[in-house]
This record gives sequence, structure tokens and C-alpha cells, in this order.
Amino acid sequence: MDRSTFLYVTYIRTTAEKLWSALTEDTEFMKQYWFGVHCESEWTAGAAWKMVHPDGRILDAGEIVEAEAPKRLVIRWRHQDKPELKAEGESLCTMELEEVGGAVKLTITHTMEREGSKLIGAVSGGWPKIMSNLKSMLEGGAAVLPEPYPAKAHA
Amino acid sequence: MAERRDTDILFKALADPSRRKLLDLLHAHDGRTLNELCEHLEMTRQGVTQHLDVLESANLIATARRGREKLHFLNPVPLQEIYERWIAKFEKPRLKALSHLKKRMEKSDG
Repeated sequence: MDRSTFLYVTYIRTTAEKLWSALTEDTEFMKQYWFGVHCESEWTAGAAWKMVHPDGRILDAGEIVEAEAPKRLVIRWRHQDKPELKAEGESLCTMELEEVGGAVKLTITHTMEREGSKLIGAVSGGWPKIMSNLKSMLEGGAAVLPEPYPAKAHA
Repeated sequence: MAERRDTDILFKALADPSRRKLLDLLHAHDGRTLNELCEHLEMTRQGVTQHLDVLESANLIATARRGREKLHFLNPVPLQEIYERWIAKFEKPRLKALSHLKKRMEKSDG
């Protein structure tokens, strides 16, 4: 295969509008499920997009390729912080929201046109934690994991 | 109720060696077609399809179409939820140390 991809799916008992808001403009909510990180953008096609660490570093940047609220968001995504990941260039992150019964199916696909991408490797470990936190916060109100690697604090 | 049903489906899906093998195959190399998966299992194509359906209904795999091909991906989100529910909260530092120890021991054996 000439590309690196992951495809993650979760079903969240909420509405597409609430989930869309949690994934885009509601930055305070985002910080709670995304381990302090938040994204900044106008969330319209062509708008700039960046992901900001709590200490102010810009981790990733790019632009919104497609924004069809509350259904589909495509981000051209390039890592900024670590040189070896930045060198890999642009990746594409697609978020699709689909109402199924009383829930919303959230599908996140992240792809880079190169085999064995380190960026895809790096983000593929983070997304399940973020999606799991997002699900429990939208359904129950509290993040399951307050920090991404809690064991490190005690090790 | 809904949570219980999701959890039941998840554990039933995991309670079969062929389905766990399919997950292992996807873990080793994601994004495979049905044909590629069939090569690794002593089973009819129909049997593999049925197992994949069970895994997909438990949300353990996700599929995407690329052209005429249907690609299968391991979806770790439900397993992450199980992990957080029973493990992350309590024993994480010790379990992590144990798993490092096991890895190191096994490495030095081989």
C-alpha cells in the first residue's frame, strides 16, 4: 500500500449538531476531552486551521478543505512541532457524522500518501482516547482520562 | 440498557478465535480486502464474511470503500473504552511496569 490510513468509528448518543459543535467551535469543551488542546479556525472551507497546545505551541496547522455542518469536515493537516513529523508533509483528516437511531456515528479517517507514516502512527494512538473521552463527556458529562498518559506522572 | 447491549455484543464478538485472528491480522496490517483476509484463514469466504459482520456490528472493525474494493480496518475505540473502564483508573502504573518487565524478559529470551 502506498498510503498510511486509520479509520476509527464511535457511536455517541447525542445529536449531530452537538457533536459538530464539540468538534469545532466549542473550544472550552474541546480542551476538556482533548487533554487541554484546542483547535482554532473559522470552520468554513478554505479557512486556516491550527491545533494549539495548552502552553501556546502550535502542534499542527493547515486548512479546512470541506465543512458541511453538521455532517462532514475535512482538514488538510500538517504537523508543526516535531521536525521529523513536519517533514512528512500534509495529511488529510476527514470527520463524518451520521445520525443512526438515537446516536451519531462519528467516523474519523486520517490518511497520508506515504507508507509507514510516523505522523499517522503518532495520531492513531491519540484518537481512540480522544474519541472515548468525547463519547463519555457527551453522554455522561465527565472525561474518563483527564490526561493522555496518566501512568507517567507516577512512574 | 443500551450500554449493556453494546458491551454484550463486544464480548461475544471477541469470544471466538477466528474473529480474534482477524483482529490480529488487521492489527498487523490495516486496510485489507476480504480476499487478503481469506488467505490467512482455513475457512470459506462466506465464513470469513460472517465473522467480519459480527466484528463490524460490535464496532471492532470499520470498513471503507476505495474504488471497487472494500477495505477493513481495526477500530480500537470500543477496546479503549473497556480499558478505561476497568484498568486505566486503578492499576495503570503497576500494570505498565509489569508489561515493560514482560517485554524485556521476552526480548532477552529470544
